[in-house]
Amino acid sequence: MRELFESTIERLLRDISTPEYIRAAESGTWSGDLWGALVDNGILLAGAPEAVGGSEANWSELFVIARAAGQFAAPVPLVEMILGNWLLERAGLGACSEILTIGVDCDLRIDGNKISGEIRQVPWGRHAELIVVVAGSGGETEVLLLETAAADKVIESDNIAGEPRDTLYFDNANIMASAPLPDGIARSVLMTGGAMLRSAQMAGALTALMELTSDYAAERKQFGRPIAAFQAIQQQLAVLAEQTAAANIAAEAAFVESDDNLASFVIAAAKISSAEAASLGAAIGHSVHGAIGFTQEYKLHLLTRRLWAWRGEYGSSSFWSKLLGAHVCAAGAESFWPTLTHAHLQELIVPTQGSYL
Amino acid sequence: MSISQFNYSTIPFEAEALRAEVRAFISEALRDYPAVKRAYSWMGFDADFSRLLGEKGWLGMALPKRYGGAEASPFTRYVVIEELLAAGAPVSAHWIADRQSAPLLLRFGTDYQKEKYLPPICRGESYFCIGMSEPNSGSDLASIKSSAERVGDGWVVNGQKVWTTNAQHSHYMIALLRTGDKEESGRHGGMSQFIIDLSLPGVTIRPIADLAGGEHFNEVFLDNVQLDACALVGEEGNGWGQVTAELAYERSGPERFLSSIAVLHTALQAIGTSADALQSREIGRITARLLTLRNMSLAVTRQLAEGQNPAWAASCVKDLGNVFEQELPEILQLLVEEQPLVGSGTDHAQVLAYLIQMAPSFSLRGGTREILRGIIARGLGLR
Repeated sequence: MRELFESTIERLLRDISTPEYIRAAESGTWSGDLWGALVDNGILLAGAPEAVGGSEANWSELFVIARAAGQFAAPVPLVEMILGNWLLERAGLGACSEILTIGVDCDLRIDGNKISGEIRQVPWGRHAELIVVVAGSGGETEVLLLETAAADKVIESDNIAGEPRDTLYFDNANIMASAPLPDGIARSVLMTGGAMLRSAQMAGALTALMELTSDYAAERKQFGRPIAAFQAIQQQLAVLAEQTAAANIAAEAAFVESDDNLASFVIAAAKISSAEAASLGAAIGHSVHGAIGFTQEYKLHLLTRRLWAWRGEYGSSSFWSKLLGAHVCAAGAESFWPTLTHAHLQELIVPTQGSYL
Repeated sequence: MSISQFNYSTIPFEAEALRAEVRAFISEALRDYPAVKRAYSWMGFDADFSRLLGEKGWLGMALPKRYGGAEASPFTRYVVIEELLAAGAPVSAHWIADRQSAPLLLRFGTDYQKEKYLPPICRGESYFCIGMSEPNSGSDLASIKSSAERVGDGWVVNGQKVWTTNAQHSHYMIALLRTGDKEESGRHGGMSQFIIDLSLPGVTIRPIADLAGGEHFNEVFLDNVQLDACALVGEEGNGWGQVTAELAYERSGPERFLSSIAVLHTALQAIGTSADALQSREIGRITARLLTLRNMSLAVTRQLAEGQNPAWAASCVKDLGNVFEQELPEILQLLVEEQPLVGSGTDHAQVLAYLIQMAPSFSLRGGTREILRGIIARGLGLR
């Protein structure tokens, strides 16, 4: 199934998610035909049950979709929808086929079947039809499904890659559906899941960056030969390859080790490794490309601006490092190595953002 | 060569099943082994300990049973060696024989060589060193001048090797020697590998003290050393190809990122269970990097298990791993206000003192950073 997903989404995104297409999306156009193609090819519901038209793919299989979304800078909330539907399914609410996004950073108050407050930095909030959030206080944490149309106000803003990250305000709006957060699922599930998705997207973007930069170095001539012939350039590209490999395997580990529960410890490591690779890799990409890579016309920035945005979203490497380090230190020096060799069994306590009343 | 060589590969159940036994054995055997000695990592020499591992059946594990091995998968061996390295066990006596020489002999050796050399390696009784570098041939290995000349049925060896780790403790050296004219046989031709019994007349070994006063590497003089015909390993003239084939074994293992693990352990003890924000952040970052490196190393192990030659991916692991193990002592020095001390002091102070001084060697031994990155670039099609 993984190979099939990979070939399908790569073909589809290679055709549609071209630099021109991404630029149009960054200018505010909704990528409707890309979304339609993702629906038609069963990508958006890949993780959903067969009963609703999905393929019941597990995280290990979904990894290639998230990575391809990053590799081709797909300007749609593809990975957010996959995570949102996964949580809706886990909560017994059932996956939906409308444009679905997730809300992680919220200040929300629930009053019966009504909700008030704000949800910040919602990916494609202005284009999404539905949004899934986790809210509630104490033992009554719930998974909520809201209609974006019920929002009082939407303040539009973009991340530095021109991807919508909007704030939605609700004032006594109807809750479309809700269910208790299932046992064993942390309140921070969307934060952790978001970090996992972004790590795969960064791995994909780095893979594309490496290819683009290697090709450029082989073509661009200075001093009478391709700049790839210079050791100074070769050494940088070798580091880029290493970092790309590190990001890829770290992200893949996070997906493979996640099932009905997310492997928070491995996800933290993935976000840290891929974020660090993003920083180093983007710097090398620009260094090798020279001035042309700094232009709007050339496509390098479609990757590097995403890497700079994604490395911080759903927790920067600092955020996850502090959690991981506190966990490791609290367990004591004797436990360090046993923890590392059984990282998939470790569970991090991940704080939630915002407040829930 | 591509990133797709790095597929996440978990350790199979049957290999993982051995871990608890190995861990318990090491914990018992090294109960009183001091932290500062654990910092020696795979430079710590203890022949008794090596023989003990041989008795347990944990050396030459991947070799056929008829030679004393266990026909275990590379993952089983991986579990054993990473547990040894993580604990800082003294493994240097058998290290090169187990990692490199035994697989080389199994692949290229004659039946006679396998019968003769492999069983004592598996028993932890026979130690090997690798004779590659020479005074004028470091990174430019193909420029070696030490030679083996055919005389009668055998060979006569003359020349000098240098930076030969553990030569003073080893029984044999696997040497790369010139057997053909460089001009005639091409840059990578005219070289062959030989097993040299280091007790033979004409072999002189002099340890070279490193900057901290330790004696790990040596210069080895080869003066009219007479070898039998059966000292040749593999094919005459194929030395370069054979050496290259060893590299995936040499460059992808956990010893390429765990060399400083001892100072992480002492730092964690010094920090205690209530780390401040800075300590948490740095320890978390280290943990993530280590986990990712281990996953990369296991991905290469998977390829070795499948009979591929992942030399390119192995170079990635070694370079990234060396950067990590070199940075570790310095990062940790900045996390705990404790000065490195030699001779006495806390475990952390002494381990730190040792590893700060050893760190530069990590990216020199087994192929320098620049050479590795050159190999990676070649794999990317850039040269």
